[in-house]
Amino acid sequence: MNMKIKGPAIKFGNNIDTDVILPGKYLVLVDPYELAKHALESLDPAFPEKAKKGVIVVGGKNFGCGSSREQAPLALKYAGVKCVVAESFARIFFRNAINIGLPVIECKGISNEVETGDEIAVDFEAGKIENISRGKKFQVDKLPPFILEILADGGLIENLRRRLNKK
Amino acid sequence: MNITEKILAKASGKRAVHPGEIVDINVDMIMVHDLTGPLAVEAFEKIGIQKVWDNQKVVVILDHQVPAESVKAAELHKTMRQFAKDQKLRIYDIGRGGICHQVMPEKGHVVPGTVIVGADSHTCTYGAFGAFATGIGSTEAAAVFATGRIWLKVPEAIKLNVTGQFQKYVTPKDLILSIIGRIGVDGAIYKSAEFTGPTIKSMSIAGRMTLCNMAVEMGAKNGIIEPDETTRKFLEGRTSQALPNFESLKSDKDAVYERTVEFDVSKLEPQVACPSSVDNVKPVSEVGNVPIEQAFIGSCTNGRIEDLRLAAQVLKGKRVKDNVRALVIPASQEVYKQALNEGLLEIFTDAGAMVCGSACGPCLGGHIGLLAADEVCVSTSNRNFIGRMGSTQASVYLASPATVAASAVTGKITDPRKLEAKA
Repeated sequence: MNMKIKGPAIKFGNNIDTDVILPGKYLVLVDPYELAKHALESLDPAFPEKAKKGVIVVGGKNFGCGSSREQAPLALKYAGVKCVVAESFARIFFRNAINIGLPVIECKGISNEVETGDEIAVDFEAGKIENISRGKKFQVDKLPPFILEILADGGLIENLRRRLNKK
Repeated sequence: MNITEKILAKASGKRAVHPGEIVDINVDMIMVHDLTGPLAVEAFEKIGIQKVWDNQKVVVILDHQVPAESVKAAELHKTMRQFAKDQKLRIYDIGRGGICHQVMPEKGHVVPGTVIVGADSHTCTYGAFGAFATGIGSTEAAAVFATGRIWLKVPEAIKLNVTGQFQKYVTPKDLILSIIGRIGVDGAIYKSAEFTGPTIKSMSIAGRMTLCNMAVEMGAKNGIIEPDETTRKFLEGRTSQALPNFESLKSDKDAVYERTVEFDVSKLEPQVACPSSVDNVKPVSEVGNVPIEQAFIGSCTNGRIEDLRLAAQVLKGKRVKDNVRALVIPASQEVYKQALNEGLLEIFTDAGAMVCGSACGPCLGGHIGLLAADEVCVSTSNRNFIGRMGSTQASVYLASPATVAASAVTGKITDPRKLEAKA
């Protein structure tokens, strides 16, 4: 996976829970592209359409709180979300996203410096985030090397396969 | 060290661990259910390993879309039954178990001092028994199936010290709602929430489970309570595993906490979490006039026998208000049978409530008891997010079984103490 990501931002507020990212009634769906059709529809029915071109979701505090459903990050990923940058994440969502190969990173203060439509660049290896549209740069805590490795492999299963084969 | 650090140190083979440290730990038990299990099975098959690391340590429970409400759900159940059969796993199928977080301790899969992960966010419930228990996703569950191990960051801990005696009809649910109202939905993010103090020591297992169950609603990695004689009594005859020395699971006097928060329940009144955030908590007296269409008593938060007894006490000899539907769902087959034997189901039925089979029910809006636009439900469950229980235009209020039962009678959110005063 490319660890430098660029795209237009779609911004959301604090405490975006996994029920609004993907409502429980869709959890019986198994095709990730079917899940993607309902990503964040409770907040913005047009989100799946907007995300198609490849977007960066910018969230506030506690992004992905609530249910452990992995279908939530899956829906975002297959809708076209390239990565999520948020003030903070709920821990299960954070792990799930990494494990399915959807890059996520914390950036304090990002909410106030980004509006929907701004062009954002994220360099995961360097821990650098830039709002190109507004000329704002952020240095954030880098993800630990083993997490970057999982992302580079495309997710935990691919990472595990590679590590088990090495043994 | 505090109890969480002690458990993580042991599981990682270290003498001591410190907050912020990333540890690779052994898992003692893993649980998946019908909505998270199929994705885990799919991921496990991609790893290319034939057998789970230890088939005695994997439990499958069907509880969310139960009984199957659609062909799609039936297919998910079929996947899980086949996986359990192929891997020789313990499976609690329809009619044999109930809600995963009730079944796990009931059937002896929860042991103090152990590490339990589950592909469900409310796995933190088992902290009520002094286990380290936390929720994970499906892919991570597959990795645990393969390796029996998981990485975790040792959490900082918040000590929640609770004193005082509850007033009549004020419950541990009201306590945890007031705690979340004060701490906030992200106030314990990544942290351990350790409940302690005289009120906790004298609290039933059911109450402790309600507290730990909702630890995740303030962002906590785990909720935990030191095991004691109450724990031992509950587990006796349920688990075949040897119980550890509980003294070794007590937090040290010099254990470090990020902060300590004090709660006195003696003046606490019934609490209500208003839409659409679990920390939007008000005392029932300040909620105002909120007419309801549905009242739900059940879920992994409040579907235990103690909860049903309390609801029955309020509902006995009364009727659910016209134009209100009340749903009662015992958390497990065991609870169902006990409620039947104690005559509680008759009280509910006479009151005009519908008793449904043990499962998650309307809590997650995937199955029965969904809400239409503009409808209001008062519920004993744990989440009131937008669209959680059906329509995105519906509203969910969270409260105790006593408050929900009283509200079912009057048709609006009601203080159970006032209903009794009127009668």
